[in-house]
Parts: sequence; structure tokens; C-alpha cells
Amino acid sequence: MTEYAPALKNPPTSPEVGLFATCLVDLMRPSVGFATVKLLEDAGCRVSVPEAQTCCGQPAYNSGDSADARDIAKNVIAVFEGFDYVVAPSGSCAGMISHHYPHLLKDDAAWKARAEALAAKTFELVAFLADVMQADISPPDLGVTATYHDSCSGLRELGIKAQPRALLGKVGGLTLVEGDIPETCCGFGGLFCVKYPDISEKMVDAKADDILATGADLLLAGDLGCLMNMAGRLKGRGASVQARHVAEVLAGMTDQPAIGEADEDTA
Amino acid sequence: METQTRRFKQNAREAMADGQLAQALTRLGEGFPLRRAEAIDRLPEFDQLRDAAKAIKDHTLAHLDLYLEQYESKVKEAGGHVHWCRTGQDAREKILEICRSVNAKTVTKSKSMIGEEIAINDFLEENGVAPIETDLGEYIIQLRKEPPSHIIAPAVHLNKGQVEDTFRKAHTNLDPARNLDDPKSLLEEARVELRDKFLNADVGLTGANFLIAETGTNVLVTNEGNADLTYSLPRVHIVIASLEKVIPTLEDTATVLRVLARSGTGQDITVYTTFCTGPKRPDDLDGPDEYHVILLDNGRTELVGTEFQEMLRCIRCGSCLNHCPVYHAIGGHAYGWVYSGPMGAVLIPGLIGIHEAGDLPNASTLCGKCETVCPMRIPLPKMLRAWRERQYQRKGNSAAARWALGLWAALAKRPKLYRAVTGPLMTALAILGRKRGRFKWLPLAGGWTGPRDLPAPQGDSFIAQYHKGPVGAVVRSKGQ
Ligand code: SF4
Repeated sequence: MTEYAPALKNPPTSPEVGLFATCLVDLMRPSVGFATVKLLEDAGCRVSVPEAQTCCGQPAYNSGDSADARDIAKNVIAVFEGFDYVVAPSGSCAGMISHHYPHLLKDDAAWKARAEALAAKTFELVAFLADVMQADISPPDLGVTATYHDSCSGLRELGIKAQPRALLGKVGGLTLVEGDIPETCCGFGGLFCVKYPDISEKMVDAKADDILATGADLLLAGDLGCLMNMAGRLKGRGASVQARHVAEVLAGMTDQPAIGEADEDTA
Repeated sequence: METQTRRFKQNAREAMADGQLAQALTRLGEGFPLRRAEAIDRLPEFDQLRDAAKAIKDHTLAHLDLYLEQYESKVKEAGGHVHWCRTGQDAREKILEICRSVNAKTVTKSKSMIGEEIAINDFLEENGVAPIETDLGEYIIQLRKEPPSHIIAPAVHLNKGQVEDTFRKAHTNLDPARNLDDPKSLLEEARVELRDKFLNADVGLTGANFLIAETGTNVLVTNEGNADLTYSLPRVHIVIASLEKVIPTLEDTATVLRVLARSGTGQDITVYTTFCTGPKRPDDLDGPDEYHVILLDNGRTELVGTEFQEMLRCIRCGSCLNHCPVYHAIGGHAYGWVYSGPMGAVLIPGLIGIHEAGDLPNASTLCGKCETVCPMRIPLPKMLRAWRERQYQRKGNSAAARWALGLWAALAKRPKLYRAVTGPLMTALAILGRKRGRFKWLPLAGGWTGPRDLPAPQGDSFIAQYHKGPVGAVVRSKGQ
């Protein structure tokens, strides 16, 4: 496992943070974007959300289309390189920028250094709050039993494991129960779940069983892709477990229906 | 073994419908990883050993020609023969030629993936020589005429009852009323059946876990001791190994051996670790009269110097299979050839071509678990991606997939157009999905819906809302 990009030597006290919202958060679940803004602002950051952002390029990159992935990477670099930090509410997209952009652009003399510079200051949200800002959050109480899923990229590319648990420990009334296989892939895998739906189903079923066995009422994770996959399967099986992005809980913004639920479900 | 890689999707579907297989795979997924973790806990320097093992193999691969030549000359010095074979066919013919030179009727075999790779059993049988597998797992699947489903546990897909059935059908000379209820009785029976075969074999054919350049030695690790009986009893010992198995020195071998069993089965070391160097010497009590090494390339040298070179570090420990959630879902046979799991998904396209094995590197979520457990630190996800890249370049993926990806990339590169297209789409979907909060079915959502519901979007995009008014106004006001 590669080491996560270290925090800048002398971090600015009120850093300018570019929020990379990720295409899934932007299009599917804006509440995660707003929760992210709130968490960053509460931690003392000045937050900007550049309009010219789209997607980090993973669909192209993981499908072997490196040429398009490189073009998209260059867009992201150009849009975000002026900030002190770039933060994404997703281990997968943060990992894409901090690990894979330098690899993608390693042979491009003009872009290599820029990719590396951006990589060094790009962070996943929860790790950024815990490790860089050492944020002291005080989320409102939430009487709930929750379980946490460690998304693959966040865990293995960025080493995120303790941070979300530490921050969730600050949510009053939240009991965290660990499943047996919190680190096992949920079968989302970007396009994998569409290209191999039956294998993906088998994988997400194993996760669903594990989640249900914890008896938790709430499933949390740091990546919307995994959450949509697991929530979609849990709902498909008629389970009542709710699924939310960890940022919503940490920001105390749980007024929106959970993932895959309608207003009346939560009533 | 004939490749079935093109049938991957169908193989996988059939495998997942097999309840017994699912149970076997669950046992595997719980057992081996747990034992690996315990073994590693007992060895604090495990990670340093991994680095050392990786460095040894990297160095060897950088000087492969040198070490192979050294190995060859040492084997000759010890009185053995080395046969360089470029293809599987070359290797098969050479083995048959050696068998014929001693009029061999039977060949005992000790587990060799290379033997499977070149389908040596079928070839020998067609030519009047009977191959007999002596590893218990291999013996069982040979009786069942099945390929192995795991590189170190070939019969892991079977349960006790299936083995009992197999033995009752094959060993018709035994009392039908005998008790075969527990694994021990099955093992005993296999032992008795194999005993005469060991004694009467004309040739012993083994694989090799390592070939030591410094001494011309081949190293065999087993848990049953069957390799030792295979090479020491017959007159002729044939070793078949692919050329990346070479390791410079005895000491290097010791380093790599220390990570091998711990990674695969969670043992500190396998029960038997045997070093063979050449034929029997004048004052040796036993051992073969002739010692042959078949050194097989079969496409490996073409990987040297490419982005797939690191795959040649693989020591076939099986750890990546034991930890792979895709392997746990579908088992080894679905991959359609001798190798399986993450290592197979990288190696198979290298050996038979990406056009044959196009599904294998794609059927992975790139979750990265395999890389974290690989003792040789092989960057398996990176190489799976590299295969996808080659496939994309030679337009090997479906037209629909290319079209959809191209469309998404075109949008992602043009933020204004992206917003113009995605905004209304999400708003429409949000309205459609508002009532249930999710979709059971949606046109074009293809593989997503079916296994799972598709959560509906909340409404207009985050960025549009953020820039429209006071931060979070839209979302926050809802429900308050
Ligand atoms: S790729 Fe690594 S983990 Fe997999 S079999 Fe080879 S050495 Fe073992």
C-alpha cells in the first residue's frame, strides 16, 4: 500500500480548499456536497466549489481509455491547482487524483510536475478533517446503531480506517457495531457492477448479509458509489437499514431521506 | 487443458448457481485468510521479508538469461539434462520422448501447474502412457476428469461427500460396504491405492517451486510427501518448470520460501520441502538414474521488459485467490484455464492473448485486496488495468461500451455541455423517482437494476444548487 500524501509542512490556518464534489455526489446526492461544505467551513477552511469540474476520469481510466483519462485529468488539474488543498467526499476520487494522475501523466513533461503537485495536496474528506485540520467537530446527537463499510480505494490506496471511526465517536448517541467483513469489497467497482451484474450481486449480497447481521439501523461509508450499491441491494431485499454518507452524519445533516428512500419512508 | 476463457460469463453464472461450490468457497474464504493472518502475526518481520523476496526476484528477472545459463550448467555438472522448450507442444514431445526411451507404461506425477498448462496428462494418455496424479487433491480431480480450481488446493471446490462418491465409483475393487465417512478414511484409501503405483512407475514427473541457479537444484514443497515418492522411486525423474522459477542462490531460496507457505496456507513452512540435484550419485542409497529438466517458456519471455514483467515474480502461493471476493463468488473453474483469481486474470492473457481472455482482467472491481496480500508485492490491479488498456487500444471491447464511455468522456471534458446535459436529466429522474426514492427498473440502467434498486437522485445537481443561492438553501430547507 502506498503512503497517503503527507500534509503540507506549514498548513495555512484558514486554508483555501477546492471542493471536488465527485460526479456521483454532484448528480445523485447533493446533500453530501452541502454536508462537506459545512464540515470544511466549520473546520476553518475557506471553501470554493469550481463550476468547471465534472468527473475525475475513473470510468475512462479503469476501462483502459487512458487518452481520455489523461485529458480529463488535465482539466481537473487546471481547475484545482490554485487551491491550498483539494478535498473530495470520496476515497475513490481522491485516490484517483493523488495516486493515479501522477502515473497517468508521468511521461508528459509539461504535466508531470503539475499532477504531482496536485496529488500532494488532495485529500479524502474524513482523512482531511482528522489528519490535516485535526478538526474538533461537535455533531448533534443521533440515537442510532450504525455500521461502517471501508471502501476499497479509501482503505487501500489512502489508508483510511481509523479516521472515520474516530470522528463518528464524537456523534452522541451513535453506537458503532463492526461487521465481520467491513473491508471486503461491496461489488460496486464502477462499471464492474453493470458489466458483471450477477457476480456483483453475489458480492453485494455477502455484504448485505454481514450488515444485517450487525443489527445496525444505519450503514455508513465514505463513498457514494458503494453506498448506492449496498443501499440498492438492501432496499431490493426489502431491508429497512438506512444508508448514508458519513459526511451527512458528521455534519448533522440527516434531514434528507436516506439513500434510495423517499420522504414517506423516513416519516 | 483446453481454454474456456471465452465462456467466462457463462461459466461464472453456472458456478454461482452451484450451492455446494458456494459452501466450499465460503470455507476457503474464511479458512486460508485467517490462517495467513495468524502466521503473519507470529512473524513480525514479514513485511521486510516480502521486500527482500521481491528484490531477489526483480534482480533475477533483470538477469534472467545469466541465471538460466548458470542453472543449466550446474544441472549438467550434477549429471542431469536440461531441455529448453519454447512451446507447450515442444515440452509435451520432449516428455514423451523421454518416457519412450525407457519404455514407460506409467508416470507418477506430483502437482505441477505447468503440467496442467501444457495438458500433459491427455497427451501422455493419447500416446499410451498412463499418468497418475499423486497429490490427494490432484488425484481426486483426475478421477473426476476435472481441471484444478485453485493453484494450491486443486480440489477445494469439492466437499467430503463428493470425494466419497468419486472413490466409490473409481475403486470398484474395494468392499462397497466400507466406511468412508471421515477425511481420514478417504486419505487412507487414496494412500493404499497409490502405494503400488508409486512403486511401479517408470517415470516420476514433478513440477518445481524454484530452480536454484547456484546449485542446479529444484525445490519442491508439498504437505503430503508425495513429491518425494514421485521423484525418488522411479528410474527417471523429469522436472517441468517455467523459466521464471529460477532463483540465484540457496540463501535467496530460503528467503522466498519463508513467505510462500505463510501466504498461501498460513503454515510457517510446508510439511515437506525437498531439494533435488541431479540423478542418484554412486554412493546414494536411492534416487533416479536419469534426471531431466524441461525448461518451458510458453510466452513468458515475451512479458519480460513489458508492463507485465512483474507478474513473473509470482510464486504461486495462492494468497490472491484466497482473498479475492470475485474468486469467492465464482470459484476457479469459471476462469476457464489452469490459473485463476487475480494472478490468473493477469497471467492468462499474457500466455494465451487478450483476445482469448478478454473478460478476465475486466471481471474485477480493482478492490486492491490481492495486492495487499501478495507476498511478492505484485501490483495486480495496475496490471489488470494495463490489460484493459491494451484491449481498448485494439478495440477489443464491445461497441456499446466504447460508445457509452466515449460519450461520458466527451461530456466530462466539456464542463458547460456536461452541466447542460446532466442537469435536466437528474431533475427529470428525481421527479420520476420521488415517490419511491429508487427505481426497480430503468431503461439503459442495464445491469444495475435487477440485482438492486437504483437510488433516485435528489434533484438538481449540487454544483448548480450551490451556485444558485445561499449555500445549501434548497436541500437544507427541505424537511425543516
Ligand atoms: S500473484 Fe502474489 S498472491 Fe497471487 S499467487 Fe502469485 S505470489 Fe501469490
